[in-house]
Amino acid sequence: MDGGRRGRGRRQAIEKELKKLREEREELDGRIRLLESQLEVRPEGVDGAAAGEGVVYGSCDGSVACRRRRGNGFAPDGGLPADMIYRYSRHLLLPDFGVEGQRKLSQSSILVVGAGGLGSPVALYLAACGVGCLGIVDGDDVELNNLHRQIIHKEAYVGQPKVKSAADACREINSSIKVVDHHHTLKPRNALEIVRKYDIVVDATDNLPTRYMISDCCVLLNKPLVSGAALGLEGQLTVYHHNGSPCYRCLFPSPPPVAACQRCSDSGVLGVVPGVIGCLQALEAIKVATAVGEPLCGRMLLFDALSARIRIVKLRGSLPDCTICGENSVFTEQDFQKFDYENFTQSPMSDKTAPSVNLLPENARITSRDYKRLVDNGEPHLLLDVRPMHHFQIASISPSMNIPLSMLEEKLPTLKTSLKETGAASASGKEPALVVLCRRGNDSQRAVQLLRENGFASAKDIIGGLQAWGQDVDPDFPVY
Amino acid sequence: MHLTLEFGGGLELLLKSSTKVHKVEVPPKDGEGKVTMKGLLSWVKANLIKERPEMFVKGDSVRPGVLVLINDCDWELCGGLDAELEEKDVVVFISTLHGG
Ligand SMILES: [Zn+2]
Repeated sequence: MDGGRRGRGRRQAIEKELKKLREEREELDGRIRLLESQLEVRPEGVDGAAAGEGVVYGSCDGSVACRRRRGNGFAPDGGLPADMIYRYSRHLLLPDFGVEGQRKLSQSSILVVGAGGLGSPVALYLAACGVGCLGIVDGDDVELNNLHRQIIHKEAYVGQPKVKSAADACREINSSIKVVDHHHTLKPRNALEIVRKYDIVVDATDNLPTRYMISDCCVLLNKPLVSGAALGLEGQLTVYHHNGSPCYRCLFPSPPPVAACQRCSDSGVLGVVPGVIGCLQALEAIKVATAVGEPLCGRMLLFDALSARIRIVKLRGSLPDCTICGENSVFTEQDFQKFDYENFTQSPMSDKTAPSVNLLPENARITSRDYKRLVDNGEPHLLLDVRPMHHFQIASISPSMNIPLSMLEEKLPTLKTSLKETGAASASGKEPALVVLCRRGNDSQRAVQLLRENGFASAKDIIGGLQAWGQDVDPDFPVY
Repeated sequence: MHLTLEFGGGLELLLKSSTKVHKVEVPPKDGEGKVTMKGLLSWVKANLIKERPEMFVKGDSVRPGVLVLINDCDWELCGGLDAELEEKDVVVFISTLHGG
């Protein structure tokens, strides 16, 4: 009995070992095949050396350099080298795509602007599918709160430039393509120079002024623009300035009011939503690069994750009187470089810097440190948190009362009662202070304004809100 | 006139009930017997919008940054404010997104 069990255990161990060895052999065989094919088929000069040459002449990157490289390993006579046939075999098997599609892909250069939630899948797929030259531009560093959706970045890269992280990941996936990292925030002064080097541009950015800028730049340089956006549980996608489709300005000649510009850092975003849109952007970029299929020109895809619905709508064509892409446009590269997109849209070229308001006189505001002293001295007060309820549930200062700003007006009687109770409970009998708090110190000012108009004359807000509280008083307070 | 109205991209947050799809009965303007987009916009503003109407309309049109689609087609292709609606048309109002 005992011996039998031991025998069974030994047999299982051997079988396990065999399985492992067979898997290793298979993997080694694959690598051997790949190396053999390079040795036999690849003609000299089409590998690293040629790529190096391209880099020198092409002044660092871009389509010219990639073309000089003659694609990534395609034989000059038009046949495909065996390693590439093996690697992209599933593409080659597609009748609509085939060798021609793969060759065009390998000769194309695509610029991805933004290595965030949209840019992550775009860059990963474009690298994996064998695009000839992949450029990535982003000036930001990887932050921990990016990782839930920006799946190209790993924990080890937190604090490092996003372009480095993204380019490293792409190179790990496909060492046979050229990956160029542009560690800049795209601005009017550098955009022309960078975009000029590529055939196709993918807008994977997170803010309005940059979207206008990229569209204008693509019109000036005549590049197709694959544009995606995501927020909350919704996404949008279209291809601008290609096959008669409009440019961004044709659709939106004037920018929306600032209050209508929601940002992911305020409104949140479900990680997979930009992922879905980013995958579709990669698909559209591949279709444009290979001229396979019908790209999403003159149409827009609207994705609603919550109801699992995708709607594709027909858009106006390029407008003859568009100030940028219209026939009589007088917009030049010089105009572009001087154009102030932040001023035009009244919003910053970043998702992170929230425009801050200044609505209250100095004596209606206290700092987070002042508030700490007030608490330490045991002064009677009521702390009113005016953030939306789901924010309050993330983290709050205890004790505090939550009335969201949008409901404050109707809840004034409740507030009055609570304030009275606070006063009655305090030993001093002193009138309790009313201190108002929000996330960053903007809504709290609006609340104090409203309160002062409604008889709460002593209401004050905490400058910088919970963000300042976390920075200056309680470093353990969770940041979000 | 029976119409289906859909709001997206955050516009639904301005409505009395923040659901995205609204099946509504919109009366034609007196004496005209028809519903135009212009008429629909003022009806929406009067009957569905709860807060911050300036986030939805500007003048007698929609505010910049809102796409209007009549039966999945850009309203610019259908006559814009003057477009005449028909029974059971689907009109979508969607705010453009900028995030990523
Ligand atoms: Zn245009």
